[in-house]
Parts: sequence; C-alpha cells; structure tokens
Amino acid sequence: MSAQTPLSRVEGLGAAHSGTTHFWRQRVSAAALVPLAIWFVVAVLGLVGGTEAETVGFFQRPVNAALMAAFMVIALYHMMLGLQVVIDDYVHSDGPKIFLMLLNRAFAIAVGAATLLALLRIVI
Amino acid sequence: MAERPVEAHPRPLSPHLQVYRWPVTMATSIAHRMTGLALAAGTALIAWWLVAAASGPDVYQPFQGVIRNPLAQLVLFGFVWALVYHLLNGIRHLAWDLGYGFSVPTANKTGVLVISLSVLVAIGIFLVALTGRAGFFL
Repeated sequence: MSAQTPLSRVEGLGAAHSGTTHFWRQRVSAAALVPLAIWFVVAVLGLVGGTEAETVGFFQRPVNAALMAAFMVIALYHMMLGLQVVIDDYVHSDGPKIFLMLLNRAFAIAVGAATLLALLRIVI
Repeated sequence: MAERPVEAHPRPLSPHLQVYRWPVTMATSIAHRMTGLALAAGTALIAWWLVAAASGPDVYQPFQGVIRNPLAQLVLFGFVWALVYHLLNGIRHLAWDLGYGFSVPTANKTGVLVISLSVLVAIGIFLVALTGRAGFFL
C-alpha cells in the first residue's frame, strides 16, 4: 500500500518534488569535469610556482582563458551540488540548514565572479 | 525538523565508525567526501591566484612569497592529491553509475588502485610542477 496519490506516482518526483534532477546534474557536471580537470592538472598547475609573466602569458591566450573559465564554472557548480548533499546529510535543524544552503550558493557565486573577472582582466 | 526521540536504550547508529572494520570501499567513499570538501576550499585558493595574476606584480609577489613557504607547499600538495584522488575515484563512481565494477572483489581492487595511483600521480605532479620549475608543461 502506498500513501502516494496517483498523480504524484505518475510524476515520480518524490517528496522533494525534484526527482532525480540533483543526481543527474551532479553526474553530468562530473563527466564534463573529467577532461577539464585533466587539462587543469597537466597545463595549469605547473604555473602556480612560476612567475607572474608566465601565468599572465598563459591566460592571455583566449583558448586557455576559456578553458579555465569553463573548468571553474562547472567545478563550482559541481561543488555546490556536492556541498548541498553534505548539508542535507548532517544538518537537520531548519535555521542552520537554510543559512548553510545560502552560504553555499554565496560562496560559489563569489569565487566564480572573482575568477571570471580576473580572467577577463588578463585577457582584455 | 523534529528532534529525534530519546530512546531508553540508545542503539548504535549506522555507519558506526568506531566499531566497523574499515573495508577499502568505506575508506574510498569517506575519502571522496573529504577530498570534495578540501577542494571546495581549494577553489578559493585558485581564485586568489588568478586575482593576484590579474592585479599586477604588487599583488603577485606577496602571493609568490606565501606559496613558497614550506607550510603552503604542504597545503598545495594536499590540494593536488585531493584533486587527483577525487578525479580518479569520480571516474570509478561514473563507472558504477553505468553499471560496471559493482562486485565486491572488483570494487575492492579498483579502490586500492585508485588510492595507490592517486598518491603516485600526486607526488609526480608535485615534483615536476610545483617545485619552482614553472611553465614545464608549456
């Protein structure tokens, strides 16, 4: 016996009304990050110990700036989805939960904005 | 949310970390979440680096000073390992999502493989890329 109404059973969206949306977005962003993260490790990480000129020169090439922007935006989106799950798992009272959910989004947006502005400033 | 009811005889909650023997799959699962959290903090470091690079030598030189500090090098190594581990184990998770590698012996083997490979690759990257030999890959 199910307490579900026929409509909600047909919709298949569950108690949170979002179905597998979160799961699916996390997998798609993960798949996109596989090649981008390999590029980041191979091409970008080596610059961290280097001079300013080398770093700026690298990101002045539009291809590199675009790949870095894509890597960071998708990584931050993937991060936001992942942190959401951690909050769902461990934080059970409404006040702290809502606060952390908002903080999670604010952090992702702030880091993303700083990254994109920095890349734009280097490219232009 | 409602508080959990207080039980007269508290039962152990699962996962009961102090009691369980640690199988490989449990260790890799916990490490996946831990490295994910570490990488979330790491995104701020990447943004800091890019902003420093975009702001000119006056900002980039102090950043370089910090990054060459041995403690910062340790943090950087942790970041590199976390990234490599989360990437490799993430590929393992995607394989599971497609239905591959779910048997216990296979999952144990790929778990050991991911841990070993992540350490080796992280040490390799760190030695080549972050010890001052900048632009090596360019």
